[in-house]
Amino acid sequence: MRYAMAIDTKKCVGCSDCVVACQTENKVPIGYCRDWVTESVHGTYPQLEIELRTERCNHCDDAPCVRCCPTGASHIVEGGIVLVEEFECIGCGACIESCPYDARFSHPEGYVDKCTFCMHRVNRGQQPACVSVCPTKCMYFGDLDDPRSEVSQLLKTRKYKALAPEAGTKPQIFYLM
Amino acid sequence: MKEELFISGRHIPNIDPHLHIWHWPISVYLFLGGLAAGVLFFAALVTLLGKEKEMTGVVKRATIVVPIALSFGLIFLIYDLKNPLYSWQLYLTLRLESPMSWGAWILLLVTPISFLWTIGYFKEYFIYWDWEKGIWKYVSIFIDYINKYRKVLAWILIPSTIILGIYTGILLSAFNARPLWNNAILGPLFLTSGLSTGAALIILVSASHKERRMFSIIDLILIIIELFLITHLIMGFYAGPQVQQEAAKLLMGGEFTIMFWVFVVILGLAIPAIMEIMELAGLRIPVAVPVLLVLLGGLIFRFVMVDAGQLTRYLY
Repeated sequence: MRYAMAIDTKKCVGCSDCVVACQTENKVPIGYCRDWVTESVHGTYPQLEIELRTERCNHCDDAPCVRCCPTGASHIVEGGIVLVEEFECIGCGACIESCPYDARFSHPEGYVDKCTFCMHRVNRGQQPACVSVCPTKCMYFGDLDDPRSEVSQLLKTRKYKALAPEAGTKPQIFYLM
Repeated sequence: MKEELFISGRHIPNIDPHLHIWHWPISVYLFLGGLAAGVLFFAALVTLLGKEKEMTGVVKRATIVVPIALSFGLIFLIYDLKNPLYSWQLYLTLRLESPMSWGAWILLLVTPISFLWTIGYFKEYFIYWDWEKGIWKYVSIFIDYINKYRKVLAWILIPSTIILGIYTGILLSAFNARPLWNNAILGPLFLTSGLSTGAALIILVSASHKERRMFSIIDLILIIIELFLITHLIMGFYAGPQVQQEAAKLLMGGEFTIMFWVFVVILGLAIPAIMEIMELAGLRIPVAVPVLLVLLGGLIFRFVMVDAGQLTRYLY
């Protein structure tokens, strides 16, 4: 099992519903967020190109945050989900420094918090909160090891990119172009 | 042109707009750790070479600073943890891939040895104390016991202080997400800087002319190595990928240019080196001036690297 996400940048309108859904579902403290929307503008006026992306932890295959954690609080569970065990986390910040995506933050209670791919929902057979609320249905969540899953099919037929693949972390969030 | 902005209004404390998770205590700790490693390395080396009778500055005087420096360093480290009450979790596991785990264990080894090293000389620090009276008799036995095994301590210290000194750099260079840190030379550079500040402290506290002269030569060599390593660091950035070229701009014309070139390279390395050469040539130079410049330069170097490194990141 290898969970991954495909996000259609052509369909995303940047409404930030995914952000609010995550904050509500995961009781993220006010002022913090586990996912966010980036607007990326390329080119020179008037030839401008805009890309909207909803970003979060990439649940990397070769996660630097897991490697540098001194206590083992950062770990990878079934499906490749990168998690933090809050009772083992000393809050040293090494994983925050090591993340090329700045996807982790220091929870006000001291431990480091991040996207969990809504594991509690996924284990019940539901979609992650951000995916389930998307009004343009631009996000797809599924198992890459299953060639018939929606995510696998999309990555087979569409052009896609990952963010900062040169960082060598093997990110598992794919942006369809 | 490329511009990126968060349209979801993301503004997480200490992460947006720039990462600043590690604050001044980390910089100070990296300096104190390097200094302690430097002093103890030389103390152990002099002891193993059998020169401890003539080189009292390094083995007896400078080493008093080490347990104090390491204790403050540990306090600073724990102060910068967000979940300090769980810090014992560090000692339930050894994670070979995590430099911080190495650091935690090596501190657990070096800190007690540094205390033992200093306690072993208590009878010589307090000559007029009555070591035969009451409970002090047992302390005296303990001190004799330490001195009996001082060579063993020195043998343990040689590799462990090198690991401590080099780990302060590898701690940073292991993060490939921060291009300014992510280079193989930072470990040796921090080790050399730590040894150099250690040698400087020894010069400051030493009472013997011969010892001062020897450590002046050692410090001079270390400063020259450090200048070479800094040149290689900058060359490596320019030969590297785009993110490292961007990172080098912080030191080459960017925000940290004056801090780095004026305070670290010129005042912290070049001028002390020139002063030490002048002193070796026979000119009278107040010894405290180059020494304090080296120590201050080492401290500012840690601040520059920790603060500038956190500004650098991958662009996508």
